[in-house]
Amino acid sequence: MAYGAAFNPHAEHPASDSHAAHPTGLRRWLFSTNHKDIGTLYLGLAIVGMFIGGTFSILMRINLQSPGHHLFSDGQMYNVIVTGHGLIMIFFVIMPALIGGLGNWFVPLMIGAPDMAFPRMNNLSFWFTAGGMCLLLLSTQMEGAPGANGVGAGWTLYAPFSTLGHPGPAVDFGILALHTAGAGSILGAINFITTILNMRAPGMTLHRMPLFVWSELVTAFLLLLALPVLAGAITMLLTDRNFGTTFYDPAGGGDPILYQHLFWFFGHPEVYIMILPAFGIVSQVISTFSRKPIFGYLGMAYAMVSIGVIGFVVWAHHMFTAGLSLDTQRYFTAATMVIAVPTGVKIFSWIATMWGGSIRLTAPMLWAIGFLLLFTIGGVTGVVLANAGVDHVLHNTYYVVAHFHYVLSLGAVFGILCGWYYWFPKMTGYVIPDWMGKTHFWIAFIGSNVTFFPMHFLGLAGMPRHYFDYPDAYADWHFIASIGSYIFAAGMIFFVFVNLYAYFIRKEPAGNNPWGSGATTLEWTLSSPPPFHQYEVLPRITGGDH
Amino acid sequence: MSRKAWAGASAALSSLAAAVFANPAFAEAIGQPHPWQMTLQPQVTDIGERINSLHNALLVIITVITLFVLVLLLYVLFRFHEARNPVPSRTTHHTFLEIIWTIVPVMILVGIAIPSFSLLRYKLVPPPADIVMKATGSQWLWTYDYPKDQGGGFTIVSKMLDEKERADLIAKGTSPEDAPRLLAVDNEAVLPVGKIIKVEVTSTDVIHGFNLPAFGVKVNAIPGRNNEVWFQVDKEGLYYGQCTQICGDQHSEMPLAFHIVSPERYAEWLKEAKAKFASNGTSLARLADAGPLAP
Repeated sequence: MAYGAAFNPHAEHPASDSHAAHPTGLRRWLFSTNHKDIGTLYLGLAIVGMFIGGTFSILMRINLQSPGHHLFSDGQMYNVIVTGHGLIMIFFVIMPALIGGLGNWFVPLMIGAPDMAFPRMNNLSFWFTAGGMCLLLLSTQMEGAPGANGVGAGWTLYAPFSTLGHPGPAVDFGILALHTAGAGSILGAINFITTILNMRAPGMTLHRMPLFVWSELVTAFLLLLALPVLAGAITMLLTDRNFGTTFYDPAGGGDPILYQHLFWFFGHPEVYIMILPAFGIVSQVISTFSRKPIFGYLGMAYAMVSIGVIGFVVWAHHMFTAGLSLDTQRYFTAATMVIAVPTGVKIFSWIATMWGGSIRLTAPMLWAIGFLLLFTIGGVTGVVLANAGVDHVLHNTYYVVAHFHYVLSLGAVFGILCGWYYWFPKMTGYVIPDWMGKTHFWIAFIGSNVTFFPMHFLGLAGMPRHYFDYPDAYADWHFIASIGSYIFAAGMIFFVFVNLYAYFIRKEPAGNNPWGSGATTLEWTLSSPPPFHQYEVLPRITGGDH
Repeated sequence: MSRKAWAGASAALSSLAAAVFANPAFAEAIGQPHPWQMTLQPQVTDIGERINSLHNALLVIITVITLFVLVLLLYVLFRFHEARNPVPSRTTHHTFLEIIWTIVPVMILVGIAIPSFSLLRYKLVPPPADIVMKATGSQWLWTYDYPKDQGGGFTIVSKMLDEKERADLIAKGTSPEDAPRLLAVDNEAVLPVGKIIKVEVTSTDVIHGFNLPAFGVKVNAIPGRNNEVWFQVDKEGLYYGQCTQICGDQHSEMPLAFHIVSPERYAEWLKEAKAKFASNGTSLARLADAGPLAP
């Protein structure tokens, strides 16, 4: 018990008694300091974001279903929808779901901690993120480019299109949205790092932590190092726009390429921020349903660390057509290809974890296997794009769109849904019928592949990104891609139904551990849903039981 | 040798694709995409052919890797399903295997890097140019400058044909394929076949993308900077490209059109164009209007 007191963040807090009472209603949800409630809020935000961002993508696919202007009357409106889709999906769906949502919920549970290290800061992180989303949505109602509302500069907000090209205040709202959400993420990252480094239960050494916790730890460091650079870049954008500076304006001695370097120094780690937690989830799920510990645990953990480190030195592969020198392009080609090595280690270790296991094909396991295959496809097209010479043809075509949707939409999103089906019984106490999760998987698997696989062909044939209308020759593949997106959307509507049904109607209790002997992490020792405050007596971890 | 082997394998792949999607209605057009296209546009420069062969080799490599992962997954799911393997093993380490799956990818990547670096060097170290021109992107059109010391001394403004202009052209007898929607322009850039051409690329407002898919060439047009690309086209024809950097309302409506003609025709065109564009920069001077082209 001595260590219990030492690890309890509220031990010396005069108001700690009030935490024993369960706040209800507004007090519970607006002022929450409980990691599980804040996790739920983040997941709620991500679901709202998913439906807004998803609707945007369906609008895009309706418009692109056949050539000609039939949904959007002008290109700028389409640009605004594309930009909104990108920013919402990245900052207000994938990040809140994987880090603020599932991370907040399960990092303390898995390391045997009663809560996050800074519960009030946790609350602030969430409301910053929610505020950022409101600002971004508001920006669509402000003038951006002359005569058009909203930010239509793409999620990268390249200067000078985001400065001279958008004189209205929409971009300022967008910048403020990113600042606010970024501040929330930085605070969240500090919270995760502190929690993971200081609040592990006795015996839970770093090398015994579940891989999901490792993934959140690496992600938190990436956030902490990358987001301030974005903040700096967009602050300069803000002063260029409003206060007469010329950081990115050649007319005053600035350079638009400076913005691209700063943006991608953030932007590339950002893609690993979105995928690493999904790696963590998939590791837990594959281990659980193979009833086998992770193969090559240390290799898996340090593969994530090395992906994180290398992720900081490859940014200019997004800029191969910006006119970089030969040596620069050579370096970024080589460094980018290096990332394929730790990624390959992960793929093969997952397969080796299944090898010799006793595999149960539950819904979460299907999502994990789908992730594995589709992430591999996204990974190998990344190797193609890493070659600067080849990228000069494929840059900013649909090949790139296909590539990053395979790693993010079919990677990160499949990871989120995998985690959702895996942990839904723990979070709610109710079971989702397995056939429903499997049906959703097959709809999503077919829908997303039908959407994104033809985009490789469009890109090879030369179809550029961000086009609201295209030459007639591209019509056939676009039509198929649109059909695929409707299938995927139908799956998401089914997903909503599945959850409502499982939570409000069926109400089949899950028990502490619905997944059997393969689920060895600490959260399965608790009740479902876990008590408002868990681990009042800290668990003691022994052996190599991660 | 290996390059040839790859080329053979990829040719087999693409002929398979062609067999599946062959449709006599779509003769393989050069210089623009065609329906159901699954590969790069036919390349008409040395750079483009090198890119094509590297891409085809990569396509074979990544297909094999993906199929390998798929087969492993299917085998594992079958062999180690709980029905067939009720007692899981506890093996979590196999040093030899872990070394192999680190070393083999490294070797594959080195194998990719060697031709990739040679391609990059070939692309980015331009040979002495026969002709230099300048392409400037603006919202939402391209201007092409032909220097005086090479017989030029004029500027062409090249804008996409709107629906009405296209309809007029088709009414005058141009076939719709020769005036493709969103690609056809009023004034094409004209350059000679077989000559080494260097294009200086810049912009007057926001960033645009100078992009000619059939040449294997793409570089951003950035205000305050001069980027350059070079190419040597093997085949006469009309080659289209489209802006590849989001630049506003009409981002999808500022195509590039490069007409590659014989050197003799080019010399004639220079004279005609000088007369037209020096006096009146806005006159319509579509090459097709100036008479039939010598093939």
